[in-house]
Amino acid sequence: MTVETIDLDAAGVRALNRRLQGRDGPVAGGHFIVTNAKGRHALAVGLTEAMDVRIRGHVGYYCAGMNREADVTVEGNAGTGVAENLMSGTVRVTGDTSQSAGASGRGGLLVIEGSASARCGITMKGIDIVVGGSIGHMSAFMAQAGRLVVCGDAGAYLGDSIYEAEIFVRGRVESLGADCVEKDMGERAADGLQTLLERAGVAADAREFRRYGSARQLYNFRVDNAAAY
Amino acid sequence: MCGIVGLYLKNPALRPHLGRLFTPMMGEMTERGPDSAGFAVYREEGGRNEAKVTVCSMAPGYDWSALAAEAGESLGAEAVAEPASNHAVLRASVDAGSLRDWVEAGHPELSVTSSGTVLEIYKDVGLPADVLDRFGVSQMAGSHMIGHTRMATESAVTTAGAHPFNTGDDLCLVHNGSLSNHHRLRDWLREQQGVRFQTDNDTEVAAGYLTWRISEGASIAEALEAGIRDLDGFYTFAVGTRDGFSVLRDPIACKPAVMAENDDWVAMASEFRALADLPDVEAASVWEPEPGKIYSWSGSA
Repeated sequence: MTVETIDLDAAGVRALNRRLQGRDGPVAGGHFIVTNAKGRHALAVGLTEAMDVRIRGHVGYYCAGMNREADVTVEGNAGTGVAENLMSGTVRVTGDTSQSAGASGRGGLLVIEGSASARCGITMKGIDIVVGGSIGHMSAFMAQAGRLVVCGDAGAYLGDSIYEAEIFVRGRVESLGADCVEKDMGERAADGLQTLLERAGVAADAREFRRYGSARQLYNFRVDNAAAY
Repeated sequence: MCGIVGLYLKNPALRPHLGRLFTPMMGEMTERGPDSAGFAVYREEGGRNEAKVTVCSMAPGYDWSALAAEAGESLGAEAVAEPASNHAVLRASVDAGSLRDWVEAGHPELSVTSSGTVLEIYKDVGLPADVLDRFGVSQMAGSHMIGHTRMATESAVTTAGAHPFNTGDDLCLVHNGSLSNHHRLRDWLREQQGVRFQTDNDTEVAAGYLTWRISEGASIAEALEAGIRDLDGFYTFAVGTRDGFSVLRDPIACKPAVMAENDDWVAMASEFRALADLPDVEAASVWEPEPGKIYSWSGSA
């Protein structure tokens, strides 16, 4: 296995993304190490093929956005919007993330080993997000599909205006948002959660979590309103 | 948008290099605020306890030594002026309030950017790198600095509209965000509490508000706590104090902030990339301050 190292101080962000997007030659199955991240924005975005990318150090905004197939690991903290619109593949952050982690993600897995701040999983559409620590306020706002798993605590207004996504929290929930309610865990959900925890590499027992989802009482869920369109 | 940064050096051995460490932090925030820049530097100088007032002249070639001579004569104290670009630090062995009042009463052509005994505030329009260069920041020594790169939203791009704003002796404020109730609050502070304002800038209102709270006996933390209730809008504030700084984000966290600390220094910035060149930052503790929570760091604590 050969590993290609890209030093951002020398190459810059555009050259890194060109390379990882396969525009300078084949990348499928490749292994890349990115050094001197230094909080730069938009690192490893728009990848479309299976490869392994390790970024050394803290990254700035929108790291690994729109990723498909690739496995991207950030060895440090990530700024706003990490793994935004994730399609597939895995993004792992060994530290904390700022707000809007995994926003609008459609698939794949985002693992945050530390904590995430506000609006984690906002408008998620199928992504699985596993957070080792806690999450901030307004997380999973308008979440449509996918699972948000929190091993620590959740901030205020969790799951406000949620559609079909599932939320699992092991610790304390400060408050639930509009139309978000606690639901029975049930065996099927617990089994699925246990599998997800294992896939994320998090040692936790699914039965210690509580499950939350939509009460389906808001305007959009009432058939009487269908005639309005 | 705007960018804000703060750096306090715990390790006295680093203090001669404060400006050199601070310069790249400001430069990295250029994209968040390319129209103006300003900074506050705190330097204790060998136990000198005289008043220090930073003044700015919009007219080129201002005769600063004549100003110092006049100050010395009227105040009956030794006074000196040290020019730096279109600013000068005026020192006199009187209390800071008297020196500030003297400048403001007799020299309406000048604006006072700071008063105190250790604080100096410099600001101007232009790219941050050019502004820092004009004032020779990379050579500056001191214990801590607070800085701001501005992308104006609420008032004009002028030197007076640049941050930091002085909020009392040796206190200053920088702000990333915008306040929505500044008109009404400015009127109330001006009419009911006699607070003076120089600009239409929203941050100056926040600074005036904190000054007023502190003059009523509040601590910095208490004044900021009250600000969470009375200031409506988006903000991350950094407040420079005589021996440290405080950070506060609005409760819904509209504006970013990151903090970092190790044994040698403590720092804050709008984004991590502004901290990326600090010595040993990769091994430092780095975290995002929680919304609505006041973080204070003081060297004497």
